Amino acid sequence: MTTITLDGIAHAYTRHPRSDRDYALRPLHHVWEQGMAYALLGPSGCGKTTLLNIISGLIIPSEGRLLFGERDVTRLPTEQRNIAQVFQFPVIYDTMTVAENLAFPLRNRKMAKPAIAARVAEIAAMLELTPDLNRRARGLTADAKQKISLGRGLVRSDVSAVLFDEPLTVIDPALKWELRSKLKAVHRALDLLMIYVTHDQTEALTFADRVVVMNEGQAVQIGTPEELFERPDHTFVGYFIGSPGMNFLPAAVDGQYARVGGSRILLGASYPALTDAVRIGVRPDFVTLTAGNGPKVQVRRVDDFGRKRLAHVTLDGLALVATVPDSMDGIGTETGVTFDPAHVLVYQNEIRVEGTPA
Amino acid sequence: MMDKPWNNKAWFFILPVLVLVLFSSVLPVMTVVNYSLQDSMGVNNFFWNGDAWFRDLLDPGTEIGARFADALLRTFAFSFAALAVEIPLGIAIALCLPRRGWAVGISLVITALPMLIPWNVVGTMWQIFARQDIGLFGAALTGIGLPYNVTQDSVSAWVTIVVIDVWHWTPLVILLSYAGLRAIPDAYYQAARIDGASRWAVFVNIELPKLQKVLVIAVLLRFMQTFMIYTEPVVVTGGGPGSATTFLSIDLVKIAIGQVDVGSAAAMSLVYYIIILTACWIFFTVMTQLERRGDS
Amino acid sequence: MRSTIAPRISLIIYLLALMLPVYWLINLSLRTNADIMSGMALWPHHPTLAKYRAIFADPTWVHAFGVSLSYVAINTVISVSVALPAAYAFNRYRFVGDKHLFFWLFTNLMAPSAVFALPFFNLFYAVGLFDTVWAVALAHCLFNVPLAVWILEGFVGGVPREIDETAAIDGYSFPRFFLRLFLPLIANGIGVTAFFCFMFSWVEQLLATTLTSSNALPFAAVMTRSYSASGMDWSLLAAAGVLTMVPGAVVIWFVRNHIAKGFALGRV
Repeated sequence: MTTITLDGIAHAYTRHPRSDRDYALRPLHHVWEQGMAYALLGPSGCGKTTLLNIISGLIIPSEGRLLFGERDVTRLPTEQRNIAQVFQFPVIYDTMTVAENLAFPLRNRKMAKPAIAARVAEIAAMLELTPDLNRRARGLTADAKQKISLGRGLVRSDVSAVLFDEPLTVIDPALKWELRSKLKAVHRALDLLMIYVTHDQTEALTFADRVVVMNEGQAVQIGTPEELFERPDHTFVGYFIGSPGMNFLPAAVDGQYARVGGSRILLGASYPALTDAVRIGVRPDFVTLTAGNGPKVQVRRVDDFGRKRLAHVTLDGLALVATVPDSMDGIGTETGVTFDPAHVLVYQNEIRVEGTPA
Repeated sequence: MMDKPWNNKAWFFILPVLVLVLFSSVLPVMTVVNYSLQDSMGVNNFFWNGDAWFRDLLDPGTEIGARFADALLRTFAFSFAALAVEIPLGIAIALCLPRRGWAVGISLVITALPMLIPWNVVGTMWQIFARQDIGLFGAALTGIGLPYNVTQDSVSAWVTIVVIDVWHWTPLVILLSYAGLRAIPDAYYQAARIDGASRWAVFVNIELPKLQKVLVIAVLLRFMQTFMIYTEPVVVTGGGPGSATTFLSIDLVKIAIGQVDVGSAAAMSLVYYIIILTACWIFFTVMTQLERRGDS
Repeated sequence: MRSTIAPRISLIIYLLALMLPVYWLINLSLRTNADIMSGMALWPHHPTLAKYRAIFADPTWVHAFGVSLSYVAINTVISVSVALPAAYAFNRYRFVGDKHLFFWLFTNLMAPSAVFALPFFNLFYAVGLFDTVWAVALAHCLFNVPLAVWILEGFVGGVPREIDETAAIDGYSFPRFFLRLFLPLIANGIGVTAFFCFMFSWVEQLLATTLTSSNALPFAAVMTRSYSASGMDWSLLAAAGVLTMVPGAVVIWFVRNHIAKGFALGRV
């Protein structure tokens, strides 16, 4: 029962990294708190697996320290770290029954037989594996096998963190939701620190209390799902989270207004005069088509998702996705849009600029 | 596997193979069957002899029967001895081979080299190597005071033949096991470390089960090859001393070509062949079962 | 990280032990007979290439080397080319008797040469092929054709069936598809198969010596005969032995990463 502290952890696969590009993982400070569920989210090659492997002890980071509670574990081998891990592909011991699989970590730690049996029964009940306990693990479905992998981690009472490496990859789509709910239930019941690596934003946003968005070896933002959605710190987060991603329009900003092409857009805060590499970002949810007022846009296409409709439009030749209000029908080729000022954010060099309240 | 389309025209694709194998396998086997049922009174003068050759052969009371039973027993003993060394040794060395890096290619090539030497050259090489006067192996064993003599002492002869076979064919077991080991995903090793498994537990619970399929192939290939061993003992011991290393193949060739006793030799060939077919069938069945289990 | 020192040392010891008889042969081949008989020497003190020169100067040896390479080459070409369509058929289609046929081919792979030596002798004598490279090349088809079918079938299985279907939809005729698209896809497999055919034809000696007498005697057999004829020319014997290892050592380098798959009959 501990926190995990990353103290300037960085990793490069080359011996003498020269530039940021040589780093698989750039220097990172973060404290993972006891009882929380974190997701590491990002495209492949973004460094999320490297970070996971550093925590699990497969990789020794080239810089920084890793602390479990107060203990420095940077160079400690995996087996002494009290972590559990569930892999992308189910890892089970083919020749053993489910019960023997679950008992394996405890047997290796020379625990007494009655205590093992009690603990295995307890964990099996929690994961709903009790009816299968005496079956060969090999014959089970992929989701049951993943539950066994998880169970092997959970049987140990000393586990300080459970790591998941894209655990739903090989699970039948229909069962994914169910298994993820199970994971959340286990998390609530056991009050463990969980770290979940995925490239699927829905998985990350529904599973985690905090999401770490990673790109090119860097943690670009750490926040709650709401924060990531409403206030992306980096344009990458805006693009990556949400479907479709955030709209970004090149702009010149001064005070409470942004100028995009020929239009003037009201902002929710006041900014100093910015002209260099400036863009405004706004989610499609906060751009609404109007009957005529607001900046003029040309409608290219409308997608109907049932619950909502999204229009692909251009504003002075710049592509933009906007929400079509429920009340509106018969959309012409040219119409107007309004922006919700509180949700129009300003970015310079891809980083969000904080304004002063107007 | 089940969704393969039915297409009897596929037979045309098989035809060249079929023609060739009819010529190189069926025709000779039929000749052998023919010989086995006849007796010859000189060249091209055969008469029907029914199952007499087979009755003699399978009755240890007759001279040929006793000889056959001895050779069969010797061959089985040899197969067993060779496999008992080669399989564990092969697995052990496969575990020692590096998984990546520059050393992989060199290690594999050196390992495989003995299998690429013509079999009688293997024999000659060991014949020299095992001599007390000019061979390192023989000289070393004699040097430490062992009563080692390939041509005079049957224990020495046996040990030498087994050592040669181990030298020659353990590489096959190594390569197969190595291929099997490389197919195990890293996650298994990582999970085992997290579970606190000892090296031995990793071997028993992960590596050995995953090697099952290649080991079935290895055991049966090695069984067949040891069961058919001919060239190396012929060159090194000539089947001796006495008949200590006269295995089935050697005896067969001695009878067929040396004594021109075609009928007995043919009957012997067939019984020998049937033993091999049986082993093949067991192998085939086990392997297809394993494949089916791997698919599900 | 677990210690890797013990496995390394074991491996090195094993590889050294494996190379010892080979080293000894090379050692003897570089010494004169008088030197060999005068006592043990762990390395040649006065190395000489005389015996190698003698072998290359003697037409019998050179001819025999050519003979060995010819029947091996003929056999490899025949085996691979007839096995290709068959491997494709076994992997892609079901047909009457497919499983039995596949098993029967497999039993031929295991056929003991000793059983076949005599009937082959009679057969090739009757058709007038005795003592030609064709006799040996055809006899070795007994095990090499099934071997090639089995290995290639494994490699064909590695090519997704969608490729065949796409080609058919794109209007490729079957022969054109097979030669232009499919064969390049299994080029690795063909290389490995050719290597194995080469290898088993190269090392097999019982049939090769039974089916030849003087004209088409393989290199390794000349070696055995010279040994009985000229008494104990250990040095020459060693030099010839070393030469028989060269072709194998050369070709193995090219397939080093695929040999295990070949030995597993394409089943790994």
